[in-house]
Order: sequence, then structure tokens, then C-alpha cells
Amino acid sequence: MNFYLTYVLVATALFAFTALFTLFALYSERKISAFMQDRLGPMEVGKYGSLQAFADILKMLQKEFIIPSAADKALFTLAPVVIFVSVYLGFAALPWAPGLSPSSLNLGLFYIFAILSMETIGILMAGWGSNNKYALLGSMRSVAQMVSYEIPAGIALISAVMISQTFNMQEVSIKQGILSSETIFFLGVWDVRGIGGIVAWNIFQAPHLIVAYLIYFIASLAECNRAPFDIPEAESELVAGFHVEYSGLRFAFVFLAEYSMMFLVGMIGVILFLGGWNTPLPNIGAAKLATWTTTVGWGIFWVLIKTMLVVAVQIWIRWTLPRLRVDQLMSFCWKVLTPLAFLCMLMSGIWRLTMM
Amino acid sequence: MNGKLFNVFNTIAKGLNLTLRHFFAAAESRDVKPIMDNDYFAQKGGTTTIQYPHQKLPLPEVGRYQLDVEMDDCIVCDLCAKICPVDCIEIESIKATEAIGKTSDGTTKRLYAAKFDIDMAKCMYCGLCTVVCPTECIIMTDTYDRSTLTLNEMVYKFSDMTAAEAEAKRMELEKLNAERLAAKQAASQSDRK
Repeated sequence: MNFYLTYVLVATALFAFTALFTLFALYSERKISAFMQDRLGPMEVGKYGSLQAFADILKMLQKEFIIPSAADKALFTLAPVVIFVSVYLGFAALPWAPGLSPSSLNLGLFYIFAILSMETIGILMAGWGSNNKYALLGSMRSVAQMVSYEIPAGIALISAVMISQTFNMQEVSIKQGILSSETIFFLGVWDVRGIGGIVAWNIFQAPHLIVAYLIYFIASLAECNRAPFDIPEAESELVAGFHVEYSGLRFAFVFLAEYSMMFLVGMIGVILFLGGWNTPLPNIGAAKLATWTTTVGWGIFWVLIKTMLVVAVQIWIRWTLPRLRVDQLMSFCWKVLTPLAFLCMLMSGIWRLTMM
Repeated sequence: MNGKLFNVFNTIAKGLNLTLRHFFAAAESRDVKPIMDNDYFAQKGGTTTIQYPHQKLPLPEVGRYQLDVEMDDCIVCDLCAKICPVDCIEIESIKATEAIGKTSDGTTKRLYAAKFDIDMAKCMYCGLCTVVCPTECIIMTDTYDRSTLTLNEMVYKFSDMTAAEAEAKRMELEKLNAERLAAKQAASQSDRK
């Protein structure tokens, strides 16, 4: 019985976290974009507009559920749930701190990638179910883009997995810090097992993973449908893409999924390339900074900080770069990112055989 | 190919650098200064938002916003109502029996304004009425923020006469007219004789 209680508690905590993070990200995105454009952003609700996101969500909760009369009711109602649940389930396998992981799956990364692909189906359901040409166009673009960009993203992640030799996200994290049971080398030469910190992260264990991380980061932007890869929702062409017809709480769920997805893909990148919950501070002689800052509390702090920074970069890029054209998007994926990702994978194999 | 790739990275870096600089510059905000200020164009960085109801941009006293009429100077010549392209001014005049007084520029007033209504909801702020006014009593002011709950309140009434006063003046005029008519008839009858 307690067993199930824990499950429910963990699931509730994760849901609460995604909801709170969405509110926070919503507010910070509006503020960051405003500052970049020399505006102030929301200022009226609460001190410096800090309650604006809550006001928005309150407004959405009160809105009517509108189902277009020509829509496919079953698909239309189910789509936001499928979209959100597929992202939400991805959180199940992510480690938050040493020994703290909702589920320490052996096939963690594989599972996350498989369950994230389900979002594509949800988006297609939303687009088709809306019976609206803009929604359908948006969802078709989205599906084409997400399926394409999963390939470079997946291959780039595999090249990190080849260095770590495990799909288990918790073990990947352990192998990038002072808790590692194997010896780890900085750039393949310097044994940093007792030192830990930033030099033990995967991108510094094998420097070609920096390129792999860049590939993964770019592909992850495309997977969350964010600028400069936001052609599925291209406001100037498709109104809002696949979620044109959604209103109220259903729209809120689509929104929740988008921001949770940002956090999720950011966190996957952080765990596989940037040391996960490991501290960036190394042990220097008597100052055992890494040992002091590797606990459950610090672990949660580090992984949150790192992921927030990645999300901030995602927001920064969104408000800087213009949207890519469809053909540019596809040729960039297939002609640049995919070959580079394969090259990274090859490098990982060579690195594993020769340097480790 | 290499040049193109370099160009891609270069432009992306430039763009990201630009937004980042603006992001950090947003720690400061520009002061709200009127356009007459010498330093108006000197402020380069920071956020530009004027938080409107709390902050207002100072305006010159003679702006080109809502109309105002100085009734003491008005000679009720009806020129403004005639030139108005959207017919937003409605004037009803009553002839006075004698000169009422003088405007501040010395013109003699001979008409009462029983009604001087300007419908600000119709006004298109062209300013033609202020140009034709011979005594410069109708002017545009710096008031631009006046919202009302009903459309009726947008009709500004400038006439300073009450309905009873207007009626009294009308009676006076009728009485005078009647007297004149009677005098005329008496004169013509005596001529016939």
C-alpha cells in the first residue's frame, strides 16, 4: 500500500513542479523578451508583475471549452492530454540528486526518447481533430520537423551514451563526478576521479561531445517547436499552428506541455553532457568543494540551476533569431546536423577504444 | 562553403550579442522627459516604456488635443460650426436687443449662445475651427485623456445660459420684433393716409 502511496506522491510532486515551472517560465520569458526589446513587460499584477502568470492561468481556468462544430470531438478532446502526458511521463526517468530519481530505469534515456515521440501523435491529433486548415498545416509541419530532428538529437545523445556506457540516467550522472566507481579522465589524459567538478563532466571527458551537445541543443529547440524552428506555430503564417482552435484549460495544457518540454529537453542535455546533478566546483587540495557540494539538496540545486540556464538560453535564442524557412529547416537537419552527429558518434567509438 | 558557414556563426553571434546587451541595459530605464528638453535625445540605453497612468509625458500647454471654448470671448458668429468637416459643433444663437458687451480684443458681442455643443466623439482634431475663429475663443488644449462611461458625456456643453434665461432672451427679442413690426405698420398706415 505504501508503495502505491509513494508513487502517487512522486507523480503529484512532479506535476506540481511542471505546473510551477511553467508559470515561472511564462513570467520570465515575458520579462526577458521585454528587456531585450527595451520594454518593461508585465508590471501591474503584483510587484513588478510577478503575479501575472497566476492571473493568466486564472483567466484560462474560467474560459469556456469551445469545440468547433466540424471538429472530430474525440481526437480534439484527447489531443492536449496526449501531448501533456507524453512530456510529463518523460520526467519519470530523470535523476534529481544522488540516490533521488523517480524511477531508475536501465533503459532510461531510451524510454524518455520513446515517450517523447508520442507528443508527435498528440500534435497530429490536435491538428487533424480541429478540422482547420491552419491547424492541420501546423501539425503536419510539426510532425515532419520533430521526426526529422529526432535523428540528429538521438545520434548526438548516443555518442554521449557511448562514453558513459549506460542508458541509465542516474548512472550517467554518477559517472561524471566524484561518486564515480570508475576512473574518469579529463580530455582522456588527466585522472580527475577524486577532483570532480566541472572537469569531470562528459563534455570535458571527451571534447567532441561539445559539438554533440550543440547538435543536441539545436535539435531540441526544434523538438519543442521553439524559435528559430517554430514553423509549426508560425504566428505570421498559421495564426497559432496546431492549437488555433483550443481555448481555456485545453489550451493551458498545450502550453504546459510546451514549457515542460523545454525543461525536459534541457535537463536531458544537462544530465548527459553537463554533469547532471554534479557540482561544477572541483576539489582543490584541502578545499573539498566538490565533496561538500555533492548532497541531495545540492544535487537538486545544481540540476535546477543548470537546466534553468539552458532554458534561459532557449528563451534568449527565441527572441533573437528569425524563423527558418521549411526547406532551410529540412536541409539544415539532413545535410548538416545528421552527418555531424554521425561523425560525433564515430569519434565517440574511437575515443572509447583508444583513450578510455 | 566555409565563408558561408563563418557568416552563419558570425551573424548569429552578433544577434545574440545585441539582445544580450539590451537585456543587461534594461537594468536602467530612461527618464520621462518632455520633447522640449535638451537631453531628450541624449538618453541612449535602458527601457523606454512610459507606465502611462502612473507616468505621463509632459506636453506643451497648447497641444492639439481636445477643444475648449472661452465663452466670454465668443461672439457666436457660427464660423466654427460652418467649417467643421464632421459637423461636430452645434450652435443656436439668439439676437440680443442691444450690445451685450465686449470681448477681450474689443469686438462687440451682439448674440447670445443658447446652445454651444461640441461632440468630442465626432471631432477629428483637424483644428480648422481654431483657425477661423475671429476672436480666438475656441482653442485646442493639452487634455487628451478624458474617457466617459456614456457616449452622451462626450458632448461638451459650453453655453453658460440656462434654459430659462435663453427663453427670457427669446421673449425679449420677440417683443422687440413685435414692437418694431407694429411701429412699421403704423408708419406705413400713416404714409397711406
